[in-house]
Amino acid sequence: MPENNKPQQVKKLDLAVRSALWLGTLRVSSGGVGTRAKKAPKGGQQSKGQLVDVLVARGRIVSVVPAGSLDVRAAKEVDARGLLLLPSLTDVHTHLREPGQEYKEDIASGLSAAAAGGFSNLMCMANTRPVNDTASVTEFMLEQARKSWPPAIGVGPRLFPIGALTKGLKGQELAPMADLKAAGCMAFSNDGRPVESTELFRRAMEYCQDLDRVVIDHCEDPWLAPAAGVNEGEVSSRLGLAGQPDIAEAIQAARDVLLAEYLGAPIHLAHISCEKSVAVIRAAKARGVDVTAETCPHYLALTEDEVAGYSANAKVNPPLRPRSDVEALLHALAEGTIDMLATDHAPHAAHEKEVEFDAAPCGISGLDTALCTTWELVRTGKLPFDAFLRAWTTAPCQRFGLPVNTFAPGDPADFLLFDQDAAWVVGPQTMKSKGKNTPLLGRTLRGRVVAHFLAGKSVLETNPTAA
Amino acid sequence: MQWKHKDLLDISQLSADEVRHVLATAAYFREINSRPVKKVPTLKGRSVVLFFAEPSTRTKTSFDMAGKRLSADTFALAKSTSSLTKGETLKDTALTLQAMNPDGIVIRHAASGAAQFLAERLECSVINAGDGRHAHPTQALLDALTLSRRWGGDFAGKTVLILGDIAHSRVARSNVLLLNLLGANVRLCGPRTLMPPRLDTWPVTVFSSVAKAAQGVDAVMCLRLQLERQQAGLLPDLREYARTFGLSPRHMALAAPGACVLHPGPINRGVEIDSALADSAESLILEQVENGVAVRMALLYLYLTRKSPEAAQSGIPV
Repeated sequence: MPENNKPQQVKKLDLAVRSALWLGTLRVSSGGVGTRAKKAPKGGQQSKGQLVDVLVARGRIVSVVPAGSLDVRAAKEVDARGLLLLPSLTDVHTHLREPGQEYKEDIASGLSAAAAGGFSNLMCMANTRPVNDTASVTEFMLEQARKSWPPAIGVGPRLFPIGALTKGLKGQELAPMADLKAAGCMAFSNDGRPVESTELFRRAMEYCQDLDRVVIDHCEDPWLAPAAGVNEGEVSSRLGLAGQPDIAEAIQAARDVLLAEYLGAPIHLAHISCEKSVAVIRAAKARGVDVTAETCPHYLALTEDEVAGYSANAKVNPPLRPRSDVEALLHALAEGTIDMLATDHAPHAAHEKEVEFDAAPCGISGLDTALCTTWELVRTGKLPFDAFLRAWTTAPCQRFGLPVNTFAPGDPADFLLFDQDAAWVVGPQTMKSKGKNTPLLGRTLRGRVVAHFLAGKSVLETNPTAA
Repeated sequence: MQWKHKDLLDISQLSADEVRHVLATAAYFREINSRPVKKVPTLKGRSVVLFFAEPSTRTKTSFDMAGKRLSADTFALAKSTSSLTKGETLKDTALTLQAMNPDGIVIRHAASGAAQFLAERLECSVINAGDGRHAHPTQALLDALTLSRRWGGDFAGKTVLILGDIAHSRVARSNVLLLNLLGANVRLCGPRTLMPPRLDTWPVTVFSSVAKAAQGVDAVMCLRLQLERQQAGLLPDLREYARTFGLSPRHMALAAPGACVLHPGPINRGVEIDSALADSAESLILEQVENGVAVRMALLYLYLTRKSPEAAQSGIPV
């Protein structure tokens, strides 16, 4: 923090959040007095944390200091006693369904769920109708995002569209990706309809190298029981459902990292669900391949057993896997082999899921529950706090060039106050997304976002802690 | 025995005692079926919908006959004549049927889990007459009645080989559960391409050679081979299948003395079963059909009268 920023700037604070509990390392000293705080203890032991004040001016972090250590007042004071401080999360994989399937979700409802769920940045996939394969569709999405947030509040979660890799996602011709980039696309993907031709996929990766954009691949061998929605294993065998083996994902992941290595190009692997893919990624990283990977909360919190009873809300692609894969994913996320978390938020209308299992579409609605589901992993010691932070904030933002709050001076003031103990029941009334399709329906989750600030402004309608 | 189940979805719902009760009840109705006048007034005034969303002749006829012999009114609803071909969802079909207040619905559907889907939404009893690859409990029960008559009711220590396309077979899944419940040992044999995954979690022994699998068994259940398996790339052709996995008298010579052959039908002569074997004394295929009507009478009786006080006095002596 530059010297000349200190006392003068502090006098014009727009927002001060007082006495929030911060479990991470205090990265910055400030006010000319602080020293670097102690690092969180290693070995899986959770720091008990410390109480801090967060000072914000003009939408940015001025400083984070030990509670009460600076005697300054802000235009808006928030008492955060008893609440946990977290930076806003970034989700690099959502399906917002607009344009074309607004009955499932639209950009306004998706962003609303994101705000309530703790997300400041959202990347949305191109499988809309029409597909986001032309600049006008990208521009329409961005315009809808601008319009969807109430002007009185002025700021909502930021939308970063992902462009189609091929025209119409058909896997036959490259999409006009330079145009799409100019219109605002931050990455390119054929998510939902993986490119069958390895030749075309190679050319798409090369084309994106010139554009300095990362290709995101949905790893699924298009011939090996595609989109079955249930793992090939004990449960599918008993229920008489055609399952998809985990190698359908791992084979494609192996192809992708070999292509990335050969071309010297970056690749990002979406929604990794199994141990075999983790092994592929770990080996590739050891060779220096520019590969990153995400997994989703449902692959960490749920197993294939959710499908027993033919629960269509547990039908998702890739499918939920056995316990051994869950353990491997948690380990990979903690050690960094899997870089980040993403929701793969895939909202569907209730009537679309209320059909025979075979006839139901794949997908789980995730924006409303992702934070609580993954925080539960931290709370129960299955996921280190540092890995949680990295996976939801720095790793995705660095990979895709998105704004990120590390609570360093000048960072965007995107953060939330989280009541770790508040319990709530997942249901149609408590979810902001139009898509209520989650196997968590009816279950009690712990933790609630009670305040969420984006660029220093509250994005939640009700903010019980506002002074 | 007071019947406590609303629906029959799969064998896994039943205890061994309940299965024995079904078989004993069926044995009683079997006797009625041998009388000159086969109709009894037991279910007079009750209505049963036969909802067959997948082609079926024998199972549907069997249920139809079972209902009529108990004096129930049966109404057939086939997929081709129902709104399902007009794009109606299974949920809406279910709600429509519910509004007609039937006492029971018999469902056959191509999707695994369809019977459960219906049962969760309907107040009346749902009897699963086959859902996808998942379950065909009435077939397993009629197979059990057939074997029980052959073996004098004693399944303990008996070994049954189920032969053929296990992966796609609801008959196999239900029979594996039922035979184990009654104390029999189950062997499976078929080409690996037609075996379900994770058989290590099933209570069975798996063989890839029919000759080895047939060694000493007390019964063989052949499964129908669907001809579309060849197009799906699971088999080279029927000739090779028949030669490698078709059941022949040569295999039965390796089985235990008095071993019998079952087949859920309809059979492909010369494919999964040798034509002469199908007509031989060891073959119980036609007795299975006969027992099918009796088992379905027993099930309709148990499920449709479970809440009625008059059921106890209806004169069914079991």
